[in-house]
Amino acid sequence: MSNEAVLHTPSSYAVHDDHAHDHHHHETFITKYVFSQDHKMISKQFLITGMIWALIGGLLSVLFRLQLGYPDSKFPWLQDLLGKFWVEDGRITAQAYYALVTTHGTVLIFFVLTAGLSGTFANFLIPLQIGARDMASPFMNMLSYWFFFAASCVMFSSLFVETGPFSGGWTAYPPLSALGQASPGSKTGMDLWLISMALFVVSTLLGGLNYVATVLNMRTKGMSMTRLPLTIWALFFTAILGILTFPVLFSGFILLIFDRNFGTSFYLSDLYVNGTVLPNEGGSAILYQHLFWFLAHPEVYIVMLPAMGMVSEILSINSRKPIFGYIAMVGSLFAITCLALIVWAHHMFVTGLNPFLGSIFVLFTLLIAVPSAIKVFNWLTTLWRGNIRFTPGMMFAIGFVSLFISGGLTGIWLGNSALDIHLHDTYFNIAHFHLVMGVASFFGMFAGVYHWYPKMYGRQLNNTLAYIHFWVTMIGAYLIFWPMHYEGLAGMPRRYYDYSIWESFKQFAELNRFISTVVIIVFATQFLFLFNFFYSIFKGRKVTNTNPWGANTLEWTTPINPGHGNWPGEIPEVHRWAYDYGKDDREFIPQTEPVGANESHH
Amino acid sequence: MSTPTTAAVPTKWWSGGRSPFNVEYGKLMMWYFLMSDAFTFGAFLIAYGTIRFSSTSWPNPNEVFQSYPGMSEGTSAPLVFVSIMTFILIISSVTMVLAVRAGQEMKKNKVVLNLILTIIGGLAFLSCQAWEWTHLHHEGAWWGSNPFLNEDGTQSSTNFTNFFFTITGFHGFHVFSGVIINIIMLIMTLNNVFEKRGHYLMIEKAGLYWHFVDLVWVFVFTCFYLI
Repeated sequence: MSNEAVLHTPSSYAVHDDHAHDHHHHETFITKYVFSQDHKMISKQFLITGMIWALIGGLLSVLFRLQLGYPDSKFPWLQDLLGKFWVEDGRITAQAYYALVTTHGTVLIFFVLTAGLSGTFANFLIPLQIGARDMASPFMNMLSYWFFFAASCVMFSSLFVETGPFSGGWTAYPPLSALGQASPGSKTGMDLWLISMALFVVSTLLGGLNYVATVLNMRTKGMSMTRLPLTIWALFFTAILGILTFPVLFSGFILLIFDRNFGTSFYLSDLYVNGTVLPNEGGSAILYQHLFWFLAHPEVYIVMLPAMGMVSEILSINSRKPIFGYIAMVGSLFAITCLALIVWAHHMFVTGLNPFLGSIFVLFTLLIAVPSAIKVFNWLTTLWRGNIRFTPGMMFAIGFVSLFISGGLTGIWLGNSALDIHLHDTYFNIAHFHLVMGVASFFGMFAGVYHWYPKMYGRQLNNTLAYIHFWVTMIGAYLIFWPMHYEGLAGMPRRYYDYSIWESFKQFAELNRFISTVVIIVFATQFLFLFNFFYSIFKGRKVTNTNPWGANTLEWTTPINPGHGNWPGEIPEVHRWAYDYGKDDREFIPQTEPVGANESHH
Repeated sequence: MSTPTTAAVPTKWWSGGRSPFNVEYGKLMMWYFLMSDAFTFGAFLIAYGTIRFSSTSWPNPNEVFQSYPGMSEGTSAPLVFVSIMTFILIISSVTMVLAVRAGQEMKKNKVVLNLILTIIGGLAFLSCQAWEWTHLHHEGAWWGSNPFLNEDGTQSSTNFTNFFFTITGFHGFHVFSGVIINIIMLIMTLNNVFEKRGHYLMIEKAGLYWHFVDLVWVFVFTCFYLI
């Protein structure tokens, strides 16, 4: 009974509405733009921080691609720019190269595609699309961003320490990550890396709890779970995955911190470093890999699911057709969420895992093809005979589907433990995961930004720049990663500093140079997007229509520039699902419109 | 209270405009947080199990944990002290239940009394743990050093003490945070914060956390002292 008392007390926002004008006087620059508790502002903070990280992460990849593409060339100007740790004698140093690939991976997976993607769109879309004034706990939401910001600061500072940032790969396998004496990058850089990641786990936990509680508890009247837009379903499952898996990574990191600093041997046994015998005994490096991949495999779905959700929404809106197989889409999201938790060991086929155990993980891994294929066919059938509007958001959404298919098919290869013996840790693997979760999720993110930009800033982005951005990025992504399949099939391992000294891989010198050149072009093209984004905030065409895309969902029933609380009056009530497009000779029917007496059933 | 439905119409819990579980968001978040925390402890205990079962032998807890304060030389009382610790923690869960119940009945004085008892129980548990850690430390046990031999008489790796101190320490940290939370709850109760709100839901959430920490101890206790 006591719950009732809380559930039915009017929210503070109801009060806010009556005194909306008084309230604005109290908002200072600090409370509005810095320590904001408005979910829309927090989402923009996540987005812009994520974009800065994407820029840094991309720049790092350009640097190491310089080494891979032009191993014989010298870049004295880079040495002037970056200093001796990074570039010596005009060449990127081996130590710097490893630091570059490590930081590139960590930053893009966690800071850009987790915080930048689900942090942005969960914050922005959940309250707007379910019809809520804000997140369940705006304060925790603000903390979530600031923990992410603190994690960012620590990670960024690690780029400037004397021994360099961590350089043992984003997976941070011990013993390399556990022993400071093993490499310069395993010293202070690794401590900072761990501190940063621990802060990041706190941030995702605070965010995730909020997303789940908001979706479950704060849906507006009539917004049953089966009327939720697919974006919300996807963000909901993403949050649950994060809540369940990040703590396991956290445990793994705590044990690693003890191994590094307090003389324990959780992951260490039988080691020689630089000719010295270490006393550590009884630990298992494989144990770390299990704890790590229990997060890090679901992590790829944490990255993928929000993109899938947004793409489903954007494809349906711009095909002017209902999403094909709504329940199947929700079901496949759920299936992917469940399977994500039981396939982690397919990253460990060649670590000495029991082959019988491996065969079980092969089975579960290949099962993921089923819900993935359901999603792909539903996207394609949504497009089929649609009245397609090729908006920039739609272009990126279609691009996402293309990349997801291309990258996903090679997943079937890699999921087989026998084939994995050959392909493990080669460029084939790099090509696979960059296409299927890296670039594809980036495309989902771009689609989301292009599609919801009018709602975020009340202005439109420039379409010409957007189309150039799309085509160069799309073609570039394939030109960069497609050739890597051939390199990987030929056995070229990843993470090597210089392939030109290997007889077997010399043949790829030209190809590597080609890839590196495309990387530079694609990276340069991203500045078009950045320019477009920041210029349009201030100078873009103003949006004149509350519903510029003719979409059904609730965010388009708010004013063009919604204030804190989203709807000036009552929160609208929902009467139908989000996908009534092209029904009964009407182009679209918003969710707020009651079902008419003579309306046909879908 | 604001649902003027006739008895015949079933409530549509999932159709929006209300909480499907009839709980406010804070309690929902607490449940999800506890699920998350269960995975943290689960990962620790599974890591412990993995290492232990990959070792040929392991120290016998009956020989390691056989002391209590004021014990005379030459005697041993295997697991007696830890049983008392466990009993204290479980009793503190009972008093927490009573505090939650009193909150639901809006009986402030009973809430205060039972919260104080719970806090005392938590502090007593932490004190016992501090004593046990100190005692083991005097015997030479710490992170990275293990004076105890395996059951079969062979030299043991340090992972016995490594895991013991890490996991009981992590649990002890949870108990410590729980005590802090309960002290905050006590202060808020004394300041009539909940009386003014008209409900003691915060106590219920603190109670969920406290019971969870107790439940985790049952697993930690089983894994380190009994098996």
